[in-house]
Order: sequence, then structure tokens, then C-alpha cells
Amino acid sequence: MTQSDRNKLFLTLIGVALALYTLWPTFQFYSMPPEQRQEVLQARPAAATNEVERERLTKLTKLREKAIKLGLDLQGGMYLLLEVDRSKLGPAEARNAVDQAMRIIENRIDQFGVAEPSIQKQGDNRILVQLPGLLDQERAKELIGQTALLEFKIVKTDEETRATFDRIDQYFARRASGGAGTDTTARPWTSRFLSVAQGGESFALVENVAGIDSMRAQILADSSFVLDASLNWESHESEREGRTGRAFHVLSREPLMQGKDVASAQMRLDLDQDRPGAPGVSFTLTTRGGGLFADITGANVGRRLAIVLDNRVQSAPNISERIPRGQGSITGSFTEEEAQDLAIVLRSGALPAPLSIVEERTVGPSLGQDSIRSGLKAAAFAAVAVIVFMVIYYQLSGVVAVIALALNILGLLACMAAFKATLTLPGMAGIVLTIGMAVDANVLIFERIREELRNKKTVLSAIETGYARAYRTIIDANVTTLLPALALMWLGSGPLRGFAVTLSIGLIINVITAVGVSKMIFDAWSLRRKVNTISI
Amino acid sequence: MFQVLHGINVDWMGRRHLAYIISGILVVASLVSLIAHGGPKYGVDFTGGSALEFSLNPTPGVDDVRSAVESAGFSGAEIQQRLDRPAEFLIRLGVQQAGTDPAPAVEAALRGIAPNMAVELLRVETVGPRVGTELRSAAVKAVLLALGLILVYVAARYDWRYAAGAVVALFHDVFITLGVLSILDREITLTVVAALLTLAGFSINDKVVVFDRIRERKQSLRRESPERIMNLGINETLSRTIITNGTVAVSTLSLFLFGGDVLRDFSLAMLVGAVVGTYSSLYVASALALELQLRTEKSGPSRKR
Repeated sequence: MTQSDRNKLFLTLIGVALALYTLWPTFQFYSMPPEQRQEVLQARPAAATNEVERERLTKLTKLREKAIKLGLDLQGGMYLLLEVDRSKLGPAEARNAVDQAMRIIENRIDQFGVAEPSIQKQGDNRILVQLPGLLDQERAKELIGQTALLEFKIVKTDEETRATFDRIDQYFARRASGGAGTDTTARPWTSRFLSVAQGGESFALVENVAGIDSMRAQILADSSFVLDASLNWESHESEREGRTGRAFHVLSREPLMQGKDVASAQMRLDLDQDRPGAPGVSFTLTTRGGGLFADITGANVGRRLAIVLDNRVQSAPNISERIPRGQGSITGSFTEEEAQDLAIVLRSGALPAPLSIVEERTVGPSLGQDSIRSGLKAAAFAAVAVIVFMVIYYQLSGVVAVIALALNILGLLACMAAFKATLTLPGMAGIVLTIGMAVDANVLIFERIREELRNKKTVLSAIETGYARAYRTIIDANVTTLLPALALMWLGSGPLRGFAVTLSIGLIINVITAVGVSKMIFDAWSLRRKVNTISI
Repeated sequence: MFQVLHGINVDWMGRRHLAYIISGILVVASLVSLIAHGGPKYGVDFTGGSALEFSLNPTPGVDDVRSAVESAGFSGAEIQQRLDRPAEFLIRLGVQQAGTDPAPAVEAALRGIAPNMAVELLRVETVGPRVGTELRSAAVKAVLLALGLILVYVAARYDWRYAAGAVVALFHDVFITLGVLSILDREITLTVVAALLTLAGFSINDKVVVFDRIRERKQSLRRESPERIMNLGINETLSRTIITNGTVAVSTLSLFLFGGDVLRDFSLAMLVGAVVGTYSSLYVASALALELQLRTEKSGPSRKR
């Protein structure tokens, strides 16, 4: 072995060692039992309660970050492309709307507890949200898409409520009689309620809700009928005298305070003294909000304050005294999950503009598992077929090509881990194709060497000429193959980009392993003994 | 030495008119199928709409699924039961029916088929109409960009006539693959477009290897006619062409057989492309380069003389 051969061998060994080192976390991670892997996926050091726990979770997070990530199509998850509707915003608002929406979505998702979500801006009015892993699709979509207009309004007194109901009755009675004479006894609106104006709320049975809704819509649509009040359902059904229905509130028209005045909010189980363990939300207001709140509560002691989310009353607690320090709570008939979501909405504020989902790709976890299994099977089969062929056809030289192929795949995976690339199903297809294509360089070289041997060259010069001549062809051939892969990288998002990346890295490493490494093996072998035969 | 295809001496260029006839037939057949089907059959990616995949156990009849989907207000949905996995159903909704989020309504309706039936959502793909149009134009741009880059690179490294021959051959490969997919009534999805680009990459690889050998022979055998030099180049690289395309075809075949449903159209396109690409490397690319050469160098076999 000459000095330069020894150097090359040394470099190769370092490369292999580096690749193995880079892939070690990936190996560790994917050889774990599924429950433990789930724990690693969910690990959030921020959620730790003590130092030991935090350290452990940080370690798990690092492991997760260093392992090759699986795409949504393999591990299951959601891919959502959202579009921000800026048509109702002024130019200044529109400029910030997308960034603001992104921050809010980030905030909400973060609290939703998804490991490794990805939120990216695309173009100038789109947001790409990727949520890997198992999760409740509908809840996630609701949480992301909710416009969530949060307002605080004073509940009208019972007298005011009755006056409002009377006006509405008269309105509909007049419309029914065609404007001629008014029947003051007709109660088309009030008669739909089971009870009216009792302690700040009215109540309608479930079967009457739709009818009331349509009447309310008619009132709102008629601009000639101005009502100095806002008509709102409670967000959840409840029972009166053993019958199911919904409470209805007449509220002040203008909100006294809005969601942006809230600084923080938490779900708590100890807010309602009458029902210990019932989920509720406690919140802290901003300085401005705190001042407003003190004024509102001070001026309205004894009345009810409605917390209205997207036009539905979440809760309407009694104001028992002036609340000076900007602390408050919302209780009601929440489930724990609902209280959690309300707290999230309170904390992260309202979206500045409505969002719509323009593209969705969801893969269930079982299909992902299936895809991994079939991808591995296809890769194994392709590898065996190619190895068997190469060894039979080129004999010992075929073994050299197979070593080069193995190093190629190893290098490809190591690069993916190092660049934090994501392995998608098309990416797996890319690896399988790389297995088929990677031997090409060696086939070119070996065919060339055979030709030179047929031209009665010595083994050594046949190897030299074979490599030298084939080298140029290999470069040109690989560059031209790379070009469409680059075009694809530009076209694709998500899984397809994964495919293009895999294919491109595979091609580049291929030139190194198939030409460099295999040449090194040939040199080492042919120079040591003065060979005059070659197994090819 | 164990080898096949050694010492082959085929007069490819002498019979190039045969290739024109074969290619002509393939292109016309593709064109007829594409016209008969009203263009390529675009998948949800390009048309917009929804594709939902559910696994239902115990398996109901297709008609039960259809009436459930219709009862949820999605009339005219296309429903397919998988042949290899009868418990899985693919439900396709057009862009008008799908709205923004059809999955929950469809799932609820399916649960209504039988109380004891397990309903599992395998996959949802919903693409809005605008995104569909954008993806379509991006796909066309990517294919044109890829071909353009190849044209420029080959022209710079070799000769514009070779570049033109190669790009026409690539168009030929991609078009015939589209035609075969159309004849088999397969959908064109984003993944299939990825396959088309990849097969273009693999196919140009082959052509470059042949061109490279032709260029080498042109330098060593200056007195030979262009036809003979091309024949030599093709024949001398023939075993490599067959072997490499063989290993690629084996990989693609194993993807097709074992890679699962999601990759089936991808691997089918690759497989067709590998076969057509091999043929066009042998015949189409070089033959076209030769035609151009003969036409532009009427005065003599080489420009330099």
C-alpha cells in the first residue's frame, strides 16, 4: 500500500465512523418499543416539574432532534395549508395579519401539546401547519381555524330584557298583520321561550332553538329595526325543570372589554365552590384591561357580566363587588377539555382575520405504519436482487460494487440525519431507486475495464484506463440526472421535496462511493500483489 | 468472465426508420387515448376536491357506502373498493361537493351504516380549487424547467444537435408514459409527476452515456461515417445500458409489487418509463441527433474539414 492509499483508506474509515456516529441516535430511537418512542416524541422539557425530570426530558428531546424524522405520510399526522382572508382589512392591518395569525396559531398549537409542530409562512397570505403524530383532528382544526372573538358585555336587567322582548314581539306581530293595526296580545317571539327574564336569563327548549335563531336572523337583517341590545345564546345546553334547552341572554350592544385585554388564563378545577373539581378558567388582565375591569365591575355591582366567545355566552357570573386587581374567573358547565380550549383561546387572543383550509393531507397512523412496512420490504427486495445480480455477473468486482452501494446508502442516511431532512414515503422510494441506480457508475467502470482487457491491456492498465475513461461519463450522467431532481425540489412541498432531497443526496454520494471508494479497494488489492488476473 | 451482449454489432442507424415507425405508433396510440379520455386523468392534487380513505370492518357493500355518503349530502361521489384489501374504501368528491372539510360528515355517515362496524380514517386529501390550479401550473413549470436545464447542459457539454435529440427523446418518453397511464386509466397525481421527472433524469443519464461514447469514437475514428460511429457508440455501451436499466427496473418492480398502494402509480410510471427510456436511448435520441447532423453537415462528415 502506498502512502496515498493509506490516506484514502484512513479518510474512508473516518467517513464511515462519522456516518455511524450520526446515525446512532436514529438507530437508538427506532429500536425502542413503541410506548417509549411515544414518550420521546411527546417529551417537552418545559413541562417538567423538577430538575431531574427536566434533564431527562431534555435528553429525550435531543435524541428526537438527532434521529431521522419520519414524514407525516409515514408517522401519521396532519398537513394543513391555511389561507388568511385579508379582504376585510385595511392595508396596514393586512400587512401584519399573516404574521399575527402565525404567532397566534403557534401559540395555540404549542399549548395543545403536539410534539414538533411546524408552522411556516408560504407565499404572502398562506400558512403551512404540519402536525405530526396521533391527535384529535377535529379539535386541532377547530383550535387553529377559530376566529375566536372574545368580548365582555353587561347582561341587561330583567326589566330591560322584558322591554326588548316586547319590542321584538311587536315587530313580528306588525309584520304578520302586514302593518295594519297591531295586536298587542300576540307574542310570536316570547311564546317560544319557556321562561323569560329570570335573574338575567331566559330559557328556551331545544326544539324551539332553531325557530328563535331564524327570527333573530330576520331582526339582524332588517336595518330599519334597531335594537339597542345584543341577543346571545349560552354556549352549552342545560336543564330547567328536568327539560333540556338553552339559556338566552340580552346583553349590552357594545362590548366593554375585549380579548386583547386578557394577559393570561389557566384551566383550574377549584374555582366553583359549589362544585369542587368542576373545570373553570381563571384569567389575569393586562394593565389597561385591569383598569377597565375595575371600572366596569365598580359601576355594575349586583349585575351579571357575560363572557362572550364567538357570540355565545360562555359564562355570565354575578358581579359581587368591584374587582380592582384585574383577576377574574369563568365557571360554567365545561368539560375539562373545553375549559382547556377556552383558556387557550383567552391566552392567545383572537385571530385578526378569518382563516380557511385550502389544502389538507391527513394520514392516519395505521396507514403510515403500513407504508413503512411496505417501503422497507421493497427496499430489502431491491437490495437483494441487485446484490445477487452484481455478485454473479461481476464476481469479486461485484462484491466491491456492493460495498460501494452499502456505503452509499449509509452515507445517504447519515446526510439525512445531519441535515435534519425528513424521510417521507416518496423519500423511501428515492432510496429504493438509488439502490437500482447506484450500481450504474460501477457497471460503467467494469464494462470499460472488460473492454480494455479484451483489447489485451494488462490488468493494472485496464483498471487505470477503465476508471479514467468512465469517470468523465459518470460526472456528466449524474449531473444530468440531478437537474430534474432539482426542478422537483423547487416544485414540491412536503413529501415530494423529501423525495427530491433523498434522490439528490444519493446521486452526489454515489459519485464519491462508486468511483472513489471502489477505486481505492481496487488499488489496494492490485498493488499489493503484482496481479495479472482480475475477477470481473 | 460471465457476460451477455458482448461483441454485438447491430446496424441501429441503418434501421432507424423502423424506430420512427415504432415511436410513431406509440405516440399516436398515447395521443388517441389521451384525446379519448379528454386529457390526462388528473387526481385531486390538480383538480381540487377530496379523496378520503376509510377502513370499514366488518366490510359493508359498496352500495351501502354510497348511500351513506349520499345521505351525508355528497351526491355523485366516486366510490372504489380496493381489490387487494376489500375492507378499504376510497371516496372521491369533486371540488364543488367537497367544501372545505368533508371528512367529519362522511365519517359520521359511515358510522351510521351499522352500529358494530369499526370505522377508521386512513387518509384525507383535500385540495381547494385554487391550490389545484396552482399545483398544476407548478408541475408543468417543473417539467419544462427540468427539460430546459438538460437542454442547456447537454448543449454546453456536447453539441446542440445532441441536446435537441435528447430533449425530444425525453418528451417522447414522458409522453408515452402519460399515454400508457391514460390507457390503464390511472390518475396523474403530484407523485406521478415526481415519477415523470425522475424517469426523465434516469433516461437522460442513459443518453448521455451513449453520447459520451459516440463523442469518444468520433475523436478516435475520424474517417468513419457518422452512422457507423453512432452504431459503434450504441453497441459498445449496450451491455451497460441493459444492465443499468435492468437493475433500475428490478428496484422499480419491487416498489410496484411491495411498495404499497400509495406508491403504486409512482412505480408504475417509473416502470413504464424505464422500458420506454431504454428503447429511446438506443434509438430515438441518437437517431434524431444523426438526422440533425446529416442535415447540418451535408458538405462533409465533419465540420472541421
